[in-house]
Amino acid sequence: MLDISPTEWTAILLSLRVATVATLVATPLGIGVAWLLARRDFWGKAFFDALIYLPLVLPPVVTGYLLLLTFGRRGLVGAWLADHLGIVIAFRWTGAALACGVMSFPLLVRPIRLSIEAVDRRLEQAAATLGAAPWRVFLTVTLPLALPGVLAGMVLGFAKAIGEFGATITFVSNIPGETQTISSAIYSLIQTPDGDTAALRLVLVSIFIATAALLASELFARRATQRLHGN
Amino acid sequence: MLRVDVVKKLGEFTLEASFTSEGRVTGLFGASGAGKTSLINMIAGLVKPDRGTIALDGETLDDSATGLHIPPYRRRIGYVFQDARLFPHLDVRQNLDYGRRMNRLTEDPAQQKRVIQLLDIGSLLDRRPGKLSGGERQRVAFGRALLSKPKLLLLDEPLGALDEERKREILPYLVRLRDEAGIPMVYVSHDAAELRQLATQIVMLKGGRITAFGGVKVLTSS
Repeated sequence: MLDISPTEWTAILLSLRVATVATLVATPLGIGVAWLLARRDFWGKAFFDALIYLPLVLPPVVTGYLLLLTFGRRGLVGAWLADHLGIVIAFRWTGAALACGVMSFPLLVRPIRLSIEAVDRRLEQAAATLGAAPWRVFLTVTLPLALPGVLAGMVLGFAKAIGEFGATITFVSNIPGETQTISSAIYSLIQTPDGDTAALRLVLVSIFIATAALLASELFARRATQRLHGN
Repeated sequence: MLRVDVVKKLGEFTLEASFTSEGRVTGLFGASGAGKTSLINMIAGLVKPDRGTIALDGETLDDSATGLHIPPYRRRIGYVFQDARLFPHLDVRQNLDYGRRMNRLTEDPAQQKRVIQLLDIGSLLDRRPGKLSGGERQRVAFGRALLSKPKLLLLDEPLGALDEERKREILPYLVRLRDEAGIPMVYVSHDAAELRQLATQIVMLKGGRITAFGGVKVLTSS
């Protein structure tokens, strides 16, 4: 039964690529946003906070449609990107990565934010009296101490990106080899008369990937905690 | 020489302090809540005075009239906190080296060796702060502050979290620090006995005001 066909492999590899790129691009951005939310007060913070978490509560099809309106070829940003930089992301795998990145962003940001909030500010003060400018305090004290949260956020974000369906299919459709991820492949297969076995194979694969990701995050978190507490 | 002339509203009361210290160790004496920590936090630059000036060796660090406030990381003022505040993710060696790296100073193995010997922390270098006793942690904190080559060293009840036995263990190191390191210090304490051993000059603080100033003798009159 675990005889995975070439089209299924394509979908699996595409999903991994999309989720990896989405996570890697979103992480630095997520760290910046988490730091802003954890450590700074600014005008409109409550609104900004809500905006970040919006993809979590909006119907995914709404997020996907908004992405299409913004980043589609005739969209405000999409048209500009196509005309000036020659970049088209609608109906491409990069568009799938964007959709997954947006959808997983709240899950990525939350653990990072919590772990930055948990960093003892008195240690940051101590670093300042030792001559560290704010950005160096962040890089040498805050970020290393928040590392378990960063890893947890990355894994959660990755897992969400792997499984993302609604926004992705709305924004970039379901094109085999280009935008057909595991989720959309399963969706297509269960609508095909003889697709059950293949769908089940992909279901097993996605269970495997999700479990592996969770185990990896557990391992990272344990290592990071050990490192921090000096054992 | 340290010149302080500041006003700061602190919740219930207002801290008003004006003094000039030239001693090697200025003891800042007073009960808890007298405003001692707020005062040295202002000297460190961690807290901004509402009004007034702070100057060290002729360089103005704070001046509310011109809006000048040099941030802590540009002051070159070392700070030893009551709770050590060693970085838990770095070992002792990296903690000691932190200030040198942040101030982009060249390595000075001779000074490093001297400080490590002075504080007797050579055997702790590869350990993490989590594996140190309270007294050891505080000694490493002294070393970390000293090795950033500060122009002034602030010590906020550095023995406050230790029991009597540990205090007796650490005091001789502080006396050696005073006599050998050659860095002026401001030493905060509510323990007159401790200050009699260490301070060369006393600033007495009560309810946010300076009530006495002078040699160690002023401690006996209290």
